[in-house]
Amino acid sequence: MSGWETVIGLEVHVQLATASKIFSGAPNRFGAEPNRQASAVDLGLPGVLPVLNEAVVEMALRFGLAVEAQIAPVTQFARKNYFYPDLPKGYQISQLDHPIIGPGRLEIVVPTAAGDETRTIGITRAHLEEDAGKSIHDQLPGLTAVDLNRAGTPLLEIVSEPDLRSATEAVAYLRELHAIVRDLGISDGNMNEGSMRCDANVSIRPRGTREFGTRTEIKNLNSFRFLEKAIEFEVERQIEILESGGRIIQETRLYDAERNETRSMRSKEEAEDYRYFPDPDLLPLAITPKMISAVARSMPELPRARRERLREQFGLSEYDARHVGADRATASYFEACAAAAGDAKLAANWIMGELASLLNREELEIEHAPVTAESLGTLIARIRDATISSKIAKTVFDIMVTEGDDPDAIIEARGLRQMSDSGELQRLVDEVVTANPAQVEQFRAGKTKVLGFFVGQVMKATGGKANPQQLNELLRARLEDGD
Amino acid sequence: MSIDAEQVRRIAHLARIGLAADEAQRYIGDLESILGMVERMRAVPTDGVVPLPHPIDVGQRLRPDVVTEQDERELFQTDAPAVADGFYLVPRVVE
Amino acid sequence: MTSDGTLVELSARITQGDIGCREVAERCLARIEQGSHLNAFISIDAERVLARAAALDAMPEADRGPLHGLPIAVKDIFCQAGVETTAGSRMLQGWRAPYDAHVIQRLEAAGALLVGKTNMDEFAMGSSGENSHYGPTRNPWNTERVPGGSSSGSAAAVASGMVPAALGTDTGGSIRQPAAFCGLTGLKPTYGRVSRWGMIAFASSLDQAGPMAWTAADLALLLAAMAGCDERDSTSVDRPVDAYSAALEAPIEGRRIGIPDALLGEDVAAPVRAAVDAAKRTFEQLGATTHAVSLPTALAGVPAYYVLAPAEASTNLARYDGVRFGHRCSSPQSLEDLYLRSRAEGFGSEVKRRILTGTYVLSVGYYEAYYLHAQRVRRLIRDEFLAAFEDVDAILAPTTPGVAFALGEKTDDPVAMYQQDVFTIPANLAGIPALSMPAGLSAGMPLGVQLLGPHFAETTLLNLAHAFQTATDHHLARPAGAAA
Repeated sequence: MSGWETVIGLEVHVQLATASKIFSGAPNRFGAEPNRQASAVDLGLPGVLPVLNEAVVEMALRFGLAVEAQIAPVTQFARKNYFYPDLPKGYQISQLDHPIIGPGRLEIVVPTAAGDETRTIGITRAHLEEDAGKSIHDQLPGLTAVDLNRAGTPLLEIVSEPDLRSATEAVAYLRELHAIVRDLGISDGNMNEGSMRCDANVSIRPRGTREFGTRTEIKNLNSFRFLEKAIEFEVERQIEILESGGRIIQETRLYDAERNETRSMRSKEEAEDYRYFPDPDLLPLAITPKMISAVARSMPELPRARRERLREQFGLSEYDARHVGADRATASYFEACAAAAGDAKLAANWIMGELASLLNREELEIEHAPVTAESLGTLIARIRDATISSKIAKTVFDIMVTEGDDPDAIIEARGLRQMSDSGELQRLVDEVVTANPAQVEQFRAGKTKVLGFFVGQVMKATGGKANPQQLNELLRARLEDGD
Repeated sequence: MSIDAEQVRRIAHLARIGLAADEAQRYIGDLESILGMVERMRAVPTDGVVPLPHPIDVGQRLRPDVVTEQDERELFQTDAPAVADGFYLVPRVVE
Repeated sequence: MTSDGTLVELSARITQGDIGCREVAERCLARIEQGSHLNAFISIDAERVLARAAALDAMPEADRGPLHGLPIAVKDIFCQAGVETTAGSRMLQGWRAPYDAHVIQRLEAAGALLVGKTNMDEFAMGSSGENSHYGPTRNPWNTERVPGGSSSGSAAAVASGMVPAALGTDTGGSIRQPAAFCGLTGLKPTYGRVSRWGMIAFASSLDQAGPMAWTAADLALLLAAMAGCDERDSTSVDRPVDAYSAALEAPIEGRRIGIPDALLGEDVAAPVRAAVDAAKRTFEQLGATTHAVSLPTALAGVPAYYVLAPAEASTNLARYDGVRFGHRCSSPQSLEDLYLRSRAEGFGSEVKRRILTGTYVLSVGYYEAYYLHAQRVRRLIRDEFLAAFEDVDAILAPTTPGVAFALGEKTDDPVAMYQQDVFTIPANLAGIPALSMPAGLSAGMPLGVQLLGPHFAETTLLNLAHAFQTATDHHLARPAGAAA
C-alpha cells in the first residue's frame, strides 16, 4: 500500500429528461440539425425572458429526497457571467447561494479484495442550471461553428464532498448516481450523448494526515472507464511530482482517452471572475412542504431499498442482489424472469451470465433485450423440469436471440427435448459399451475417468439430448454390473 | 475613489469592450466620479438589512413542461452576421 | 396641420365616423414628416402603417377594439415582428425583430395603429435623448433644449402633436422625466404590471413599460390595454387589471396625499417647488388632505441606482457579442478580436460607461461593498414607501429638479446628468407606480409633478391626476409651432 491517500470529489452534470428546456418551450431532444431546436430564448435574442419549467423543479426535488438531502425553503437563480460563443446570453443561468438541494448523502457499495464494503458519501449540494451549446472547431477551416440546440437543456449539477478515496470508489459512486437518476426517471443517463458528465477534483496527501493536498480538476469525463483511468493516471502523476520534490499546481486538466493521460488546459491569463449575482429575470422560488410531499408520494423504489428487497424476497446473495438490482430495468427483468422460471438463483445466474454478455456484445440496454424476461424464464423452467439440459439451453438461447423468442417452440421444432425414454437410452448405452471393450477394461481396472468417454459417445449419438443425470446412472449400472 | 489604468483594463476585458488608449484614460475619470458619487450611499446605515433583489414580494411562476416552440431557424438567422449550414460562425477558437 | 387632440377625443371622432383610420394615418405621417427636425423617430414604415389603417377601416364594427384606429408611436426598444428594432444603438442597426413585444401584441389586438419607432437614448441609458446613435431628439417647446430621456422621441412626438400618445419605458425615470420636460402626462406602472417580454432589457428588476400622452384619461385607456399577466415574463404579476377609465371620475374627497419634505430640498429649483406647492393646494381644494411623510433614504436612491442598474445592464448587454445578431466588426482576426471590436464599435460611450461601472461593482472584491450595499439601501427605500402608504394614498413630489436643460449642457458630466433622476429613481427601486403630470410653465418651459402610489395603485394615481386635470389647465399648454 502506498504512503499516499487519494482524495476525490465529483461534480456530476445530469441532463434532465424533460420534454422542453429549462427556461423555454423548445424541445429537449438530442440529435436535431444544428440550431433547429434553439428558440429565441435559447438564442438569447434581444427582449426575451426565461420562465422556469416546473418539471425541472420536481425532478430536482426527487433527487433531493433520494439522497436524503435538505431542501431549500427558497431557492434562487444567479447569473454566471463569461463570454464564449456557445453561451448565447454571455451568462449562464445557474445557482450559487441558494441551491435547490442542500447537503445529503449517498450510500455506495465498493467491491474490495475482502468483499463488498458499504460507504456513505456526502453530497454537498445539487443545483439547477442551463446547459450551453456546442462549439465545433474542426468542421470549417479557420472557423468555429456554433450549434445552440443544447443551449437551455436542463442540468442538475450534483457536487459530492471530497469523501471518495480511490478511482474504484469514484466509479462506484458514479454508478450509484447513474442508477438513481435513471430509477427516478429524471435522466436517461446516456453517457455517450452527454446526458451525464463528470468533473473530478483529485488530490493526494500523506496517509494519516488530515489536511487536503492541492487539487486538480479533470474536466468532462463521460464514461465510467474514463473516470477510473483519468483518476488513476492523475494520482500517479501527482505522486511522482510530490515524491520528486515538486509541487502540484491547482489547475484544470483534460483527460485524453487515446493517450490515457491528463494534461493541463491552457492556463488562463487571469483568474475567471464570473460576477455571480441573483438573476433579476427570475424571482426567488419558494419550495413549499406541499410541493415536497407531492413529490415524496410519487417516489419510485430506490436502488438500495430494491437490493434489500431482492435479497429478502428472493433469497439472493448480496452479490446477486447488487447485480440484478443495479437498476430498475434489470430488476424488473429479473423479477419477471424469476417468476416464469420458478427459480430466482438460476434466473439471476442467467441474467448476469448469458444475457449480460449478449447485451454487452450487442451494446444494448436491458429494455431492448432481444429475449424477453418471460421467455428466458420459460427456458430456465425447461432446465428445471429436465426437458432440456443446461448445455442445450444455451443453444436454445442463441436460437431465441437470432430467430425467435419462444423456447418451447424451438425445443420442439429442433427436437432438442432431452431423451428421457430409458429404453432408447439403454439401447444406446449397450451399443457403446459393446463397441468399446478396451475402455470397459480400463474402467473396470479402476480408471473411472473413462466414464466421461462413454458419456461423450452416447451424447454424440443423441445429439446432446440425453438427460445427463439419467445417462450417468445407466452407464454406471451397465459398466459396474459386468455381463 | 481612485481607479487605475490596470483596473479599467481588467474590467474592460471582463466586459469584452475594446478601449483605445485615450478612451481608457477618459473612462478612468468617469468611473472615478461615478463611483465617488456612489460612495454617498455609504452614509446610509444598513446593518441587519436584507438585500432586496426584486421590488415585489411575489414568488416565481412556473411553466408547464410542454413544447411550445417550433423550429424557426431560418427566421432567426435572417439577420445573423455569419451562418453556414445552419451554424453560427466565429473565428476559430483555439482550445 | 392641426393635431388630432387627445386620444379620448380622437377615439370619439373615429367611433362617430367623423374620420377614418386611413385619414388618421395619413395626417399622422404628414405631421411626422413636418416635424422631422425634432428627430423624434428612428424608423417609420409608411406603407405598413397605411395598410394597417386600411385593414382597420375594413374591420367590422363588432370586432373593433377600445383603441381602434388610434395612432400610437412606440419607443424603439419594443420588438415589433419584421420591423427594425434598434434600441437607439448602432449595435442593432438593421436588426428586424422576429417577434412582437407583449405590449405591441396587446395594443394591436386593441385596434391601435402603430405608426413608427421613436428615438431614444441608447438602450434607454440617458436622461436627455442625446445618447442615441441616430442623433439627439429635440424638445418641441424649444429645439435648443433636450426633451429628456430616455423616451425622448416618444415625448417629442406627442408634445409636437405628431401622435396623440406614445409608449415609453421607465427604468429610472425615462417616461416621467421626458413627460415633465415636454408638458405631458406619463405613467410608470408597478413593476410586474406590464409584461417585459419583447422589451429590450436595460435593468431587468427596474424596467417597466408605460404610456405617455396629454392626459390621465388617455393613460387610463392605454394602460388598460397594456397591463396584464403574461406567461412569458416570470416577473409579470398574475392579478386582475383594474377598470382604470371607469374609475377616473371617482371623487377624491378625503384622499390622503403625502408630501415628502425631504425631497424638496435646496437642489430643487424654486419654480419646481412652487409647482409642487400649487398642486398641493389644488388637491386640498378638491377635498383631499395633505400630510407630511418621511422618506429619509429616498435621496440615496441615485447612488444605489447607479450601482444596481449598471450591474444588471452589464450582463443584460453581454448577449450583444456579434455572434447571432447585431453589429459585427469587419474581418475579425480572432474570437477575442470579434468581441472587443464588435462591442467597442456597436456601443456608444454612455452604454460603455455603464457596462464598465456594472462590471466593476459585480467583480470580485467589490460585490459586497457595492452591489449588496445598494440592495440594502433599496430595501430601506422600498420599506419607507410601504410605511408611508400606511398613512397616505399617494405621495406628491417633483418629477425633476428643474425644467429641460440645453442640448450639450450636461453631456460631459455624467454625474450631473445622473442627478436629473433624483426624484424619479425611488419609484423604480421600490417597484411602485408613479405618474408625472404637467404642473405649469417656467420661462416658457413645462414643469411636472409626480404622484407616487403603493404597488398596483395605478387606479388611485390616474383618479387623482384626472381630478387635478379637471380642475387645472396645465395639461392644455402646447408648444408654439407644434400642431395645435
